[in-house]
Amino acid sequence: MEPMAGGWMSAAHSMGTTILAVEYDEGVILGADSRTTTGVYVANRASDKITQLTDNVYICRSGSAADTQVVSDYVRYFLNQHTIQLGKEATVKTAANLVKELAYQNKSFLQAGMIVAGWDKYDGGSVYGIPLGGTLLRLPFSSGGSGSSYLYGFLDQAWRPNMSKDEAERFVVKSIALAIARDGASGGVVRTVTVNAHGVERNFFAGDKLPLFHEEISPGRNPLLA
Amino acid sequence: MTKTAIDLPPKGGFSFDLCRRNAFLESQGAKMPKFRKTGTTIVGLVFKDGVILGADTRATEGEIVCDKNCEKIHYLAPNIYCCGAGTAADTENVTDMVSSQLELHRYATSRESRVVTALTMLKSHLFGYQGKVSAALVLGGVDVTGPHLHAVYPHGSTDTLPFATMGSGSLAAMAVFESRFKEGMTKEQGIEVVCAAICAGIFNDLGSGSNVDLCVITKGGKEYLRNYQQPNPRSYTHSKGYHFTTILSSKIRSLRNHVRVVEGDAMEEE
Repeated sequence: MEPMAGGWMSAAHSMGTTILAVEYDEGVILGADSRTTTGVYVANRASDKITQLTDNVYICRSGSAADTQVVSDYVRYFLNQHTIQLGKEATVKTAANLVKELAYQNKSFLQAGMIVAGWDKYDGGSVYGIPLGGTLLRLPFSSGGSGSSYLYGFLDQAWRPNMSKDEAERFVVKSIALAIARDGASGGVVRTVTVNAHGVERNFFAGDKLPLFHEEISPGRNPLLA
Repeated sequence: MTKTAIDLPPKGGFSFDLCRRNAFLESQGAKMPKFRKTGTTIVGLVFKDGVILGADTRATEGEIVCDKNCEKIHYLAPNIYCCGAGTAADTENVTDMVSSQLELHRYATSRESRVVTALTMLKSHLFGYQGKVSAALVLGGVDVTGPHLHAVYPHGSTDTLPFATMGSGSLAAMAVFESRFKEGMTKEQGIEVVCAAICAGIFNDLGSGSNVDLCVITKGGKEYLRNYQQPNPRSYTHSKGYHFTTILSSKIRSLRNHVRVVEGDAMEEE
């Protein structure tokens, strides 16, 4: 049997991923899985793909881990300066446009699919999808990553406007769980971030808290715990 | 009219003269020399009082072990160390470079270096080279904000984790960590788990071998434990040592007396 010889080591660190953001009555909820892969090896089973840009704007990252980390770092830095110069909280639209600018102008070098979502007093909760080429699309809900392919039908059928916070969070968690069930490159835990006028709330749903679907067996006792 | 070719002196820069010859030789079956890589198992974990970094000590050039006891835990700052996997030249040079930058930064800020500073310097350098600098690092240290452990990949992405493994032996080491890691371990427990993880790499991965190096970093300081465990001793030593020849006679001739200074100054002698 051949030694691995580090072939997979030189594969780019990518986030197979399922990411999602939805508007609900008071703001937005962002959701993501937590699996980062290098080839077929799971490099990080508990990564956080929802990154903060400002106090009121967050970004979901999918695609190349390095590219999205660098883009988020730049945009966070620009928004920091912008907030100081503006004297007010930055809007979600501004944040999304900055991300779009970087994604579009560097389209040949980047492999990054991102969703920018947050709350500001002018537009309330907003979700902006920024897929591979650098398009900017404001949408009531947006999904991305390799696992999103399995969600289009479900989202079209099940999404309703003005859901309550609990309804919307259950909706997000169910969607990500469905994608994890079918997509090998998505897995781990489901992380959600809720942003509204009152602030930000982070939540975390481990494997045993996720809904079960067709032919899935309930987890039972965790063998890693004593 | 004869065509004359004028030989201009080279303008500088890389000379491509030998590239055609190299390509020809390769097509005839000659092998290009391989890069020296650290096949490697490197790990890090966060314990109650700080971080512990561990590494094996084998360096390979293709299938040959070129160094049986190399050092893979590199110094970045008095409170920050970094294990390196990938091409040995890349890991050595990128850690040396960031170590110099951190020292200058310490003079400019009059403060102890922070792990996130080292992380940002490494990640921006590696991202700029788009993965061509083949350095996969486990960066750990303790600063004013607490203990930190990060995994840095050649393309410039980073992960912040309570335990991390990298290198060709990382799967073997990760199996040990996933089974035995607990939050808030003591130093002794942490060292035991780290050694077990590196040994898993040493014995089950062909790219890793020889000894276990450790570095324990806490708020109070650091302990660099070179060759903490040596599970692969040389088994063929002879207690009296080896004598391959007996010395028949020896003659030492000093060459200095044969040099006469005719013109100019003699060299300074120490």
